[in-house]
Amino acid sequence: MKKITLPLLVALASSAGFGQQGADIVGRIVGGQKAAIAIPDFRGAGKAANFVATFNQTLFRDIEDAGVFKMTPKSMYPLNIPQRPEDFRKPLQFDPTNRTRAPWLQDWSDPPVSSDYLAFGYTAEQDNQMVLFGWLFNVKQPEVSSAQVIGKIYQGSLDDAGARKVAHEFATDILKQFGVESLAGSKIYFVSNRSGSKEIWVMDYDGSNQKQFTFYKNLITMPNVSPDGTRLAFTSFAGGGPAIVIHSLETGRKIPFYNQRASMNATASFTPNGKQIIYSSTASGWAQLYMANADGSNLQRLTNTRSIEVEPKINPKTGNEILFVSGRGGAQQVYKMNIDGADVTRLTTGEGEASNPSWNPQGSHMAFAWTRGYSPGNWNLFIMDVATRDYVQLTQGAGRNENPSWAPDGRHIVISSNRGGSTQIWSMLADGTQLKQLTSAGVNEKPVWTK
Amino acid sequence: MNTKRASAVALALTLSFFAAGCRKKVGVPPPPAAPVAVAPVVKAPVKKPMVTFFTVEPSTIERGQAAVLKWEVTGAQSVSINQGLGTVTAAGNRSVFPSSSTSYTLTATNEGGTSTESVTVNVTAPAVVAPTVTPTPSDDFGSMVSKLIQDIYFDYDKSDVREDSRATLTKNADALKAIFSKFPNNTLTIEGHCDERGSAEYNLGLGDRRSTATKEFLAQLGVSADRLRTISYGKERPSCTESSEGCWSKNRRSHFVAQ
Repeated sequence: MKKITLPLLVALASSAGFGQQGADIVGRIVGGQKAAIAIPDFRGAGKAANFVATFNQTLFRDIEDAGVFKMTPKSMYPLNIPQRPEDFRKPLQFDPTNRTRAPWLQDWSDPPVSSDYLAFGYTAEQDNQMVLFGWLFNVKQPEVSSAQVIGKIYQGSLDDAGARKVAHEFATDILKQFGVESLAGSKIYFVSNRSGSKEIWVMDYDGSNQKQFTFYKNLITMPNVSPDGTRLAFTSFAGGGPAIVIHSLETGRKIPFYNQRASMNATASFTPNGKQIIYSSTASGWAQLYMANADGSNLQRLTNTRSIEVEPKINPKTGNEILFVSGRGGAQQVYKMNIDGADVTRLTTGEGEASNPSWNPQGSHMAFAWTRGYSPGNWNLFIMDVATRDYVQLTQGAGRNENPSWAPDGRHIVISSNRGGSTQIWSMLADGTQLKQLTSAGVNEKPVWTK
Repeated sequence: MNTKRASAVALALTLSFFAAGCRKKVGVPPPPAAPVAVAPVVKAPVKKPMVTFFTVEPSTIERGQAAVLKWEVTGAQSVSINQGLGTVTAAGNRSVFPSSSTSYTLTATNEGGTSTESVTVNVTAPAVVAPTVTPTPSDDFGSMVSKLIQDIYFDYDKSDVREDSRATLTKNADALKAIFSKFPNNTLTIEGHCDERGSAEYNLGLGDRRSTATKEFLAQLGVSADRLRTISYGKERPSCTESSEGCWSKNRRSHFVAQ
């Protein structure tokens, strides 16, 4: 097995999952050749002015966080900022030093801004609603008539929430033009002890809006979300020993699940169609893997060893291959098998200890934690091409880095890391860059990124 | 199948009609239809399983020491060993810690029949007599458990009962037998714990093994297994929070809690 360099990995990722346009974008991220975008602050008319700061912040962050654009520095922007396409007037002779003339495309495409794209528009109050008029222009075009990429009206409530909503929708439309699924609106479920015991919490993808989701006043951990985002499964000690509990994310209520008689039922995850659940149970003695219907019925045993086997994860694309963690060969390693339990292969080399396998949405790569090259307990994050077993290391000994979970866009991951002292949730681009801390209160771990 | 069933029901109804007619009683509901007879399925005879070997080594141990059962069976659908070992694989080995001389019987079954084989472990008196426990009348169950029952410790990523833990568990077993006879309605929970280094998920399974191995050992020494409950906390409830071997070794433990 050989180590691979990141551009190769990304090339693999793109050939497996992204369309041609998407592949270009992933290539650009890593190669540093991102398209440049300018997003000057929008202005708000009437009462909309009270919430335009929230709007500007949200739009800028959504676009920046996507990681597909080079954000041009605001300090370089021209003084005369367009609010509508009509504001552009082609000068007879373009003179960048002329401050009195109307805005023009070259103000944005020429140095010092040197942008490829410009997002502009304004917010206004209309019938006590927030209205956003948003445009995206390709400023490299010679004429306004050919520059427009997006021109659209968005509506929301006349408050900060409405401002965030229209900003998210506009950002989503912009990113869609570049084949990128926006993360706006995606959520991260995680475990936090800040209420006094470990419970499941939820936040927006950027760390805002953190809320407690379970209230068992007990040890609640190891969450997983169904692929359609409607159900949450976790491991609960509320009834005594570790057992699987499922909640609806739509109603918040508990959904019946039959736990087989065992001292431990834990680490549940869903099949792609959400109809079945795979988990680890000590029903037969050692922790082994089982599959059941979503209500716990129709049990099938998948593995039969005298070793500890946990964390089964089914390929979200094919619904066939299961990644799991097993001690069958000694120290814990990541293995792969078919859904019927056949064709067991060890994926990690046997060095160190490996855990937390997580499929990317394309079902081609897994992110996981590994102590390879370090002493036990010093986890680093890796990504492996499951077919070739080529891997790349994302973190290098900066604290313990565990629990990776892919974003719906297949380009970001969320992890837990104690690099700052305490264990917190961080997000990053799947090449290890753009690291952002999302939590700070208490101990926070085991994030799951969902639609 | 449908026609068979229908004719059986018709026959049953006819019979019940005549039966009712004989007794000259009216208004009695007919009895349930007779069960449908199913023709026995004839299968080729299956040879009963063969026990290649079933041994114990050593066959004589001191109390608290281990003996290893080894076996190999061919052609069996299910293989089990009594004395609480339950269902086992067709070939394997298992350490046992009987408190007195014990016979183990291996039973191998398939459709063709059952084969059994037995071995005996002779247990001699221990070299050192464990201190006898004389509970004072004022002690309650909880305080006696915390006073007399000691935690045992494990090696990293291991759930076998260590040599030094065997002595502790032998003392624990004697104390527990005395405590349980004084408090016949109480139970004991054995918590399995791990140090912080393995993954939380794997450690949940490992803690379960530690508590289960502890329970099995105590049961082998004659402690009533149905009064012992196990629970794994993995690495979620450390007793010591520093990142050092001194601390880790304290966290890799089975801890006993009175219920």
